[in-house]
Amino acid sequence: MIRRFWRRMAWIVPLACSACGETFQSALQPAGPHAASLARLIWSFTAICGVIWLLVMLVLLFALWRRHRPAEARHERRATAIIGAAVAATVLIITGLTLMSYAATRGLSDDAPDPVVIRVRGYQWWWEVTYADRRPERTFVTANEIHIPLHRPVRLELTAADVIHSFWVPNLAGKQDLIPGRNNTLTIVADAPGTYRAQCAEFCGLQHAHMALPVIAEDAAAFDTWRQAQLAEAPAPVTAEQAAGRDFFTAGPCSACHTVRGTSAAGRLGPDLTHVASRQTIAAGQLPTTRGSLAAWIADPQTIKPGNNMPLVPMTPDQLQSVSAWLASLR
Amino acid sequence: MSGSYLEQVVQPDTRDTDIPPRLLGPQLERIWGTPRGLWGFLTTVDHKRIGQRYIVTAFIFLAMGGVLALLMRLQLSGPERRFIDPDRYNQIFTMHGTNMMFLFAVPVMEAVAVYIVPLMVGTRNIAFPRLNAFSYWMFLIGGLVLWVGFALDMGPDVGWFAYVPLSGPQYGAGKRSDIWAQMITFTEIAALAVAVELVVTILKQRAPGMTLDRIPLFVWAMLVTAFAVICAMPAIMIASTSLILDRLVGTHFFNPSEGGDVLLWQHLFWFFGHPEVYIIFLPAVGMISSIIPTFARRPIVGYLPLVLALIATGILAFGLWVHHMFVTGLPRLGESFFTASSMAIAVPNGIQIFCWLATLVLGRPVLKTPMLFILAFFFTFVIGGLSGVMVASVPFDTQVHDTYFVVAHFHYVLIGGAVFPLMGAVYYWFPKITGRMMSERIGRWVVGLVVVGFNLTFFPMHILGLQGMPRRIYTYQPELGWGPLNLFVSLSGCILAAGFVLFFFDVVRSMRSGAPASDNPWQAATLEWATSSPPPSYNFSRIPVVTSANPLWDATILPATRGLRVERRELLVTTVVDAEPQARESSPSDSIWPFWAAVTTSVLLVSSIFTPWAVVWGAIPVTFALIGWFWPKSTPEDLA
Repeated sequence: MIRRFWRRMAWIVPLACSACGETFQSALQPAGPHAASLARLIWSFTAICGVIWLLVMLVLLFALWRRHRPAEARHERRATAIIGAAVAATVLIITGLTLMSYAATRGLSDDAPDPVVIRVRGYQWWWEVTYADRRPERTFVTANEIHIPLHRPVRLELTAADVIHSFWVPNLAGKQDLIPGRNNTLTIVADAPGTYRAQCAEFCGLQHAHMALPVIAEDAAAFDTWRQAQLAEAPAPVTAEQAAGRDFFTAGPCSACHTVRGTSAAGRLGPDLTHVASRQTIAAGQLPTTRGSLAAWIADPQTIKPGNNMPLVPMTPDQLQSVSAWLASLR
Repeated sequence: MSGSYLEQVVQPDTRDTDIPPRLLGPQLERIWGTPRGLWGFLTTVDHKRIGQRYIVTAFIFLAMGGVLALLMRLQLSGPERRFIDPDRYNQIFTMHGTNMMFLFAVPVMEAVAVYIVPLMVGTRNIAFPRLNAFSYWMFLIGGLVLWVGFALDMGPDVGWFAYVPLSGPQYGAGKRSDIWAQMITFTEIAALAVAVELVVTILKQRAPGMTLDRIPLFVWAMLVTAFAVICAMPAIMIASTSLILDRLVGTHFFNPSEGGDVLLWQHLFWFFGHPEVYIIFLPAVGMISSIIPTFARRPIVGYLPLVLALIATGILAFGLWVHHMFVTGLPRLGESFFTASSMAIAVPNGIQIFCWLATLVLGRPVLKTPMLFILAFFFTFVIGGLSGVMVASVPFDTQVHDTYFVVAHFHYVLIGGAVFPLMGAVYYWFPKITGRMMSERIGRWVVGLVVVGFNLTFFPMHILGLQGMPRRIYTYQPELGWGPLNLFVSLSGCILAAGFVLFFFDVVRSMRSGAPASDNPWQAATLEWATSSPPPSYNFSRIPVVTSANPLWDATILPATRGLRVERRELLVTTVVDAEPQARESSPSDSIWPFWAAVTTSVLLVSSIFTPWAVVWGAIPVTFALIGWFWPKSTPEDLA
């Protein structure tokens, strides 16, 4: 079972890493101006602190090296002056680091003109994503995946439905908490196309470990195409199997929690599935989206993600086949 | 024979000058000694016995917490491992943090102080010794409640800082969070009790002549720590009580839909939680300041700056709690203030490091095991302090907050900064406590294994954090590439564990068959070395008089006071600043009532997890226990 699971997981590697090399969730591989400025800050602090550590170790080694020679009175007098100088140096360095920190914060200013506004709402253990627009008919809801245009600031409006979560896509920006009853914002900008993984960074219960979402940065044209496609309702079933799947989905318990725009399914407890097959992953970043993984997930959600809120819905093999066929067609 | 003679000689108001010097010891032992057997065990108020069992209990909790850490490393040794399910894993990391903070780190530091401080200041028992006994029983029962809960699969599973709403009534189902919150009540009662005892002991029971500028630095550190405990604990008391009320009787302190606020919890928790770090670290600072002069064979350089740095740290510690909340969306200006204050605390810490280094440079350090642990401290803690400067910066913190970088940081601070000095202190004071030396040869191995194991285990966690690995995840996906480094960390953890196992082995071995220790085996300067190893029940047959900051170095024969009564427990009360003798004060005798008070209080607290009525009915036995405890004595109180 576990080995099968691993083999399945192996698919996702080339898929997700195609655009950005080995690591696709790392603060040290910035793909946008904010993360780049943070990475510079991290490296500068590390260098300065590394030198300080080396100096302390050198003094310690010096003390051990001369430990058999008694100190003289002039050494004692000099010690006070050296301690004073070291304290003064500490104050200077600390002040310098504080100013560097303030400067970095100023560079991450939130007020950008004409941002893309995305509302992200954290749930145990998935993300509801709403693309806001001044025109209500251009607003749509999706889940567990964010697309952003390159070079354009994206303002994320963050809140939570149940417990505290934290949105962190280290390649693009630092993290910000999603807190029930509060609204936080975070501005992210991507300069390089690619898929960057975001992960919940505040402990939120059983499946905190499996609460991720891909952030896909693409050029403006591709973004607009995607956005246009997401606005549409779910495509109509083509095959008889897909139609049977839709009918089971809308008539059965699935629709109590999930919305598929264009059908009667309008539940709000689980992720919106209108274009689920267009997303790279299902179950908040856990499985690559294929008909097989959809079927596996529906058949046994509690083994794949123990403790999550998706119940095991009893169904016959035929029903499972048709539901997964239909969902896999929702591009 | 001397016993029957003493019974005839000793009348009310007999002074130590009234009986022959050779009988002074036996008489004091009759008055101060603890009876053998179970009754003596349950009734004793001797600070040394209580301190000893406090220390042993805390180290047992350390070992149990260590086993939990190894279980976590087993689960994280590879991606998507399924040794431990997420429910158990969440309990394990919550138990690890809670256990290490509340049942090991804070108690063990206070426990060492309970044992050492009265000896260091030259008195016969700690102030409020019955409260001291009560404190230990509360601590023990609180720890047992937590671990029994864990064994019954009712262990808390919401993290050691138990953020609401996850720990609240809606999402924290069952009794798990209640057990956590009540365990806080137990340990905060225990910690507050010891803090009050230490403050009074240090301010009012110092040996004559031990003016403020002659107080040993460990005692100064414990004084500042005790005040920090007294100021910090009420915040967590309010927080945990509000949480219990939310869960038990449906108040809405933390429920945003009813006008409560989830961030309120974080403010209250961290207003306690950050000083907590210094409550653990400052005693370690005191231990270092005790060990370094002894092994550098010279007085400490910069006594006054060190004392001021301790006080400054203790005060600043209350001004930085918001740096735990840098990503909760607080206003920029507020965050900037807390960046500055968090950075500023590096200055007093720097002063301490420089003074210690100067002492080592100007002295002639002898590299015995306690000193090796101090070198390990420098090597490790400085890294933790510097990564602390990093996380004090808001922008830096947004990338590493709640990641393994922070896990690495606080283990460097707490293990490097507090546990290494503590282990050094165990090697240092073990001869005094047991009368036997620990093994130098094994000690060197322990230092080597622990330092190498620790750094190999925790340094890579910095990198994992920067590579995006969040804290408190029970597993991670293989494509994230964290597998090899995690495996390395898990294997290195075994080296660290081996070091601790060897340490415990050395303690047990030395307790049975270590070389006998003299009164002052390290030629140290402070008063605890002026009495025998182990000290008699009365600590000093005559209370010493102090004429300098390093009494055992500066005086060949220690002057002593005369005139204390010997037919009852009596000790000397001195003035706060100059330690001039002020009064003779009786010290309480053994009593079973602190034990019963702790048992009845525990019944009340544990039952209140299940029904609010427990507070009403449970208060009745507590009342009886307290009446028994405070029943007026038949002998008239202190006439002198």
